[in-house]
Amino acid sequence: MADVTQLIHDYLRHNKKFPHVFCAGCGHGIVLGSLIRSVHALGLPKDDVVLVAGIGCSGRMAVYVDFNTVHTTHGRALTFATGIKMANPKLKVICVMGDGDALSIGGNHLIHAARRNIGVTALILNNQIYGMTGGQCSSATPQGDISMTTPFGSLEKAFDIADMCKAAGASYVARGTSFHAIQLDRLISSAIMHPGFSVVEVFSPCPTQYGRKNKFRNAVDMYKWLKSNTVKVETLKEPDRKPEDGRIPIGVFRDVEEPGLEERYFELQRKLMGQNR
Amino acid sequence: MAVQRKKRKRRELFALGNEAVAEGALLAGCSFYAGYPITPSTEIMEVMANRLPLIEDGVFIQMEDEIASMGATIGASLAGRKAMTATSGPGFALMQEHIGYACMVEAPLVVVNVMRGGPSTGLPTSPAQADVQMARWGTHGDHPIIVLSASNVQECLEMTVTAFNFAEKYRTPVILLLDEVTAHTREKISVPDPDEVEILSRVEPTVPPEWFKPYADTARGVPAMAPIGSGYRTHVTGLTHDVMGYPTQRPDEVKDAMLRLFRKIDQYYGDIQMSDEYLLDDAEVAVVAYGSVARSAHLAVEQARERGAKAGLLTLKTLFPFPRPAVEKLTHRCHTVVVPEMNMGQMSREVKRVNNGRTKVRTINRVDGQIITPSEILKAIL
Repeated sequence: MADVTQLIHDYLRHNKKFPHVFCAGCGHGIVLGSLIRSVHALGLPKDDVVLVAGIGCSGRMAVYVDFNTVHTTHGRALTFATGIKMANPKLKVICVMGDGDALSIGGNHLIHAARRNIGVTALILNNQIYGMTGGQCSSATPQGDISMTTPFGSLEKAFDIADMCKAAGASYVARGTSFHAIQLDRLISSAIMHPGFSVVEVFSPCPTQYGRKNKFRNAVDMYKWLKSNTVKVETLKEPDRKPEDGRIPIGVFRDVEEPGLEERYFELQRKLMGQNR
Repeated sequence: MAVQRKKRKRRELFALGNEAVAEGALLAGCSFYAGYPITPSTEIMEVMANRLPLIEDGVFIQMEDEIASMGATIGASLAGRKAMTATSGPGFALMQEHIGYACMVEAPLVVVNVMRGGPSTGLPTSPAQADVQMARWGTHGDHPIIVLSASNVQECLEMTVTAFNFAEKYRTPVILLLDEVTAHTREKISVPDPDEVEILSRVEPTVPPEWFKPYADTARGVPAMAPIGSGYRTHVTGLTHDVMGYPTQRPDEVKDAMLRLFRKIDQYYGDIQMSDEYLLDDAEVAVVAYGSVARSAHLAVEQARERGAKAGLLTLKTLFPFPRPAVEKLTHRCHTVVVPEMNMGQMSREVKRVNNGRTKVRTINRVDGQIITPSEILKAIL
């Protein structure tokens, strides 16, 4: 067994949990691998890592890994994560959500988590579709694309997750893809170590529900598309760093050091309790 | 040798029902509050915002809505905290999905719902008791739940402590229903010395992590609970799960899990069901009431006695599981049961069900945002 496979093996739960639910060609397994490599490289004890997941294909990720795992309700993973982080700020809380999960039903919680800069890492696995329910359009489905609920093409614009999180006040915002796995390791590692709220959006192909309906012949085509249709954000010009050819910028969009809400809260508490003594 | 007598730390307060709830929560060891402002429950949140930051590790957080408040409360409970949130009708409606989640993962926590006129935005500053059946059945799926109520400010404090104790003892969300009158009445109360109050906490596992089954059945039906971060790396899910906490669809495992959820509450029915009897020993007419209406009923019963009518009062403190034996007893020796309530008959349904045609059941219903007066109840008794 290759070393890296063995490494991932060490972090999985082996009692009764496999086979997993991901389709062949799905990008989610690559993201899980990247998450495990990041946690391992950072030397975080399994006991200190909490994986909080929403509902959907990405939500099923939590059950496979040997961390503290919480599989919550649809769209609300960040609210649970906020409670856990405030209750025990020593824990490293990582939230795994899909695009429908984080942006549609959970959009409110995402912008508020960013605004209060709670020390949680949000991984948004963007497959541009509701996969588990059978391929309906999400708020990240590109305009014009076909889904089960937009059979004649979507009329609505997709969210730009990075722009939205930046605007809402997240102190670390990055975007990667399931194709750029080495870069993804780097992005997730720095997100986990970042003190405040960190967001990593990951483009993760869904060949079954999205690719099939949108002129991708197979999963490999989707990864090739990610390769040729992304561009490093560092190479783009200020102020908005938007490529004119419509390619997707990837990399770190914002990285500023701001103490997380829990740090500020317990700092205030120390001060208040000092006064009271 | 002189014996140093410990000074009792009983405090007298002139407090709102809502403030008494907050006092009760702190007394019970609540160290986490997440909430969203809503009339007429907001004072609970305001007291917690003032007090929790001054307590070692006490956490107060204002969330973006009631859904998030419940999410954060459950998260904190899973991380080992005694946690609470408070709301009113519209917010309580938003919390329902997460109340079901808390039932499913067996997260101990307390939800206070100060009932106001509804449906919808309704009468935000007027009392009602119209969320009683919602508290029982609000979330989807079959589930057991404990619903308590309080009729005066002292009871607000005491029932909040009881709510936390039940939540911790039975690993379940507990709902405390107040109405706007009880919540906004200011009365003198006595806050007991913390050393005099019985405080229960969840049972934590003692076995090594590799032996731990987070949802294993026990004699009590209540599994030990390992807080997140304690070295027991468990999986918590709202999916129906097996004893390891992993999702399952196997009918035998699903059945065991569901039946245990019910059994853990059902078999302690005697412990959970609480009610107060007043002049019931020789009563021929019994009033069954809860919340602020029970106070009107109390006066009505006294006035009826002065006029020679043999009236009595049963005040329900536990609403669900419904205190059947206490009500059933009445139906065997009274000829009439009067059920006054500020809704169109949500608890009288339960009384009629238990009564089973043995006595007359008179209902008094008000849904105009006004309290039910003693004279209205007196008229029904006589």
